[in-house]
Amino acid sequence: MDTVTIINALVSGLLTGLVYGLSALGLSVIFGVIRIVNFAHGELMVLGMFLALLLFRWLGLDPLWSVPIGAALLFLVGYALQHFVVRRVAYLPDHMQFLLLAGIAIMLVSACLVAFGPDAQGVQLDYALDSFALGSLIIDKVRLYAALAAIAVASALLLFFKYSPTGRAIRACADNHLGAKVVGLNVDRLYALTFGIGAACIGAAGCIILLLVQVHPYLAPPYTLLAFIVVIIGGMGSLFGALLGGILIGVAEELASIVGEPSLKTAFSFALLIVVLLLRPQGLLGRAVR
Amino acid sequence: MTRKSPNNRIERRKFLAGAAAGTVAAAVPLRFAHGQGQKLKVGVLLPRSGPQAQIGIDCQRGADCAPEVLKAKGYPEFEFVLGDTETKPEIARAQAEKMIGQGIHILVGCFDSGQTMAAAQVCEQKGIPFSVSIAAVPALTEQGYKTVFRNFPTGPMIAADSFNLQKALFQSTGKAPQTVVMLHVNDTFGMSQKDANVAGAPKFGMPYKFVDTIAYDPTARDLSAEVRKAKATNADMLWVISRLNDAILICQEMVKQRWEPMGILSSGPGWYDVPFMKALGKYGDDVVSTVPWHDPKKATSKALEAVFKKKFPDRELNTNHTYTFEGVMVAVDAFKRAGSTEPGKLIEALKKTDIKDNVVTGPGVKFNAKGQNADIKMSAIQNRGGKNLVIFPAEAAQAKPNWPMRPWGKRG
Repeated sequence: MDTVTIINALVSGLLTGLVYGLSALGLSVIFGVIRIVNFAHGELMVLGMFLALLLFRWLGLDPLWSVPIGAALLFLVGYALQHFVVRRVAYLPDHMQFLLLAGIAIMLVSACLVAFGPDAQGVQLDYALDSFALGSLIIDKVRLYAALAAIAVASALLLFFKYSPTGRAIRACADNHLGAKVVGLNVDRLYALTFGIGAACIGAAGCIILLLVQVHPYLAPPYTLLAFIVVIIGGMGSLFGALLGGILIGVAEELASIVGEPSLKTAFSFALLIVVLLLRPQGLLGRAVR
Repeated sequence: MTRKSPNNRIERRKFLAGAAAGTVAAAVPLRFAHGQGQKLKVGVLLPRSGPQAQIGIDCQRGADCAPEVLKAKGYPEFEFVLGDTETKPEIARAQAEKMIGQGIHILVGCFDSGQTMAAAQVCEQKGIPFSVSIAAVPALTEQGYKTVFRNFPTGPMIAADSFNLQKALFQSTGKAPQTVVMLHVNDTFGMSQKDANVAGAPKFGMPYKFVDTIAYDPTARDLSAEVRKAKATNADMLWVISRLNDAILICQEMVKQRWEPMGILSSGPGWYDVPFMKALGKYGDDVVSTVPWHDPKKATSKALEAVFKKKFPDRELNTNHTYTFEGVMVAVDAFKRAGSTEPGKLIEALKKTDIKDNVVTGPGVKFNAKGQNADIKMSAIQNRGGKNLVIFPAEAAQAKPNWPMRPWGKRG
């Protein structure tokens, strides 16, 4: 394999990885604070994609400009989901919470199927298939935008959690649930806010990913699985861990496809997951639980 | 001494009598479910959910046209029982058993070779006839099954016809590729097609050699690496064996990576579908697909097209519709001649099938001793402005081929 192909593969893997990271950020936020494993992650992302699709069809809005609207609407969905449903089963064993969210996922798929049908649908934009050429290096324009958006969203989230009063309060809840209650924080509201913020990230990711793939109701499960792999490798609850995990998966899959057999590239993702779980179970940037 | 049971308990004798009565009651409808004067129950088993959901639902559109078209042709009335394979062979097996339990007299399906094989085993065990509408794996009609009748070309038939159509294309345009790279799905259909094509090319004296064959997962999120690997071969022509979503991803990546081979040749679904052409717009044009297609000049094709356009105005008639329609037509035709829903009589009628006024390209529907219609012919079609135009065989051609394909940047 020639050097140009390998360099192109590395750059593409990096950008694709950041997109993977963007799609996993919401899962990381929700788990990091509420300790709920969101099995409806991919389905919420597909919901965000369909929202962007509708905005494009009705208003001619570019999915990149739909990001704030998609994020805001998914924030409301996430907030309501936590406040009215998830909160009420928080005392139940983990597997029952999983089943609840898996049930919500199935309902979302069925609703999308009824509303949008089974066909793959997408947006046709002038720049959707454009690329930048730097000599022999070809960079996919949309992937580049998506990668920059991923870094921007992760940075904004980090600043929010570190410097805003609400962000600090949410971190306090994540660190010590009981302590947060004792000092008078409204933990239920903060958890709902967190689920909303996580869902907003997922909505933003959905709007951006619509530029890369066609949306259909059955798109979700591979993205849910991918998000789990990315977040476990990067470290549950770590925002930049999610981006790092995404990059590692993206680059590993690209190189595995170029050097080896492309149909086995998913196996490389899982091999990486196993190695990380064996050597550093808390993930690359995750904190060890003592 | 007799023992009185409390009111809320069931005595053994009563239980046995009840059970016996229940068994008889349950057996009676089963016994008379197959017989004269009954309406035919046609089971249509397709992947209606999972990765192939779009295609399965598309196939159903062809079946949906059957009642109106066949009634106009004087065929008897029938009813559908629908099943979903969920794109999984094991579910296809379970669903086939369930549908037989629901009293279907004949099964039609299943689009995917692996799922069809699983359903065929159940039909063979239960003695229920199976009109295979779409499935190419050769083994299906090579295992001595007595209940399986396939009105779809096998992998080797598809490969042979594809080579003949390619030769016609290269000869008519004077542009033949020297090297070919193949991108194919790694499922039963893709692997059997790849093997047949790679082995068949030298036998058919094709002017090119394969520089690489690249298998990929049809459910992959991203196919940029696969396209990059194919591009690195510098092959003159890309040969694809895909499904729908992966076809869209591959073509998008080709544009983004600025890979412009002499042409794209598809010998599977996806590349001629309306969602593909809508998603790719002008970049979806010029792709050549060698596919089992319909003969637009046949009377039943025209009747089907009229009903189809009325029911689904935004869609174009394609392989999924025509072959599923014809799978139902084969079933109802057998019922008409058998005059009974009894499986044995239906199977005997299916063996004697001889439909001339059918839809798909070729002389008609007739099954050989293995249950295969060996006379089906393929067509070469090319995408042009959101339409599929037949370019070969010459007698059915609607347009002259655009070959080599136009560069991405020169498409208006």
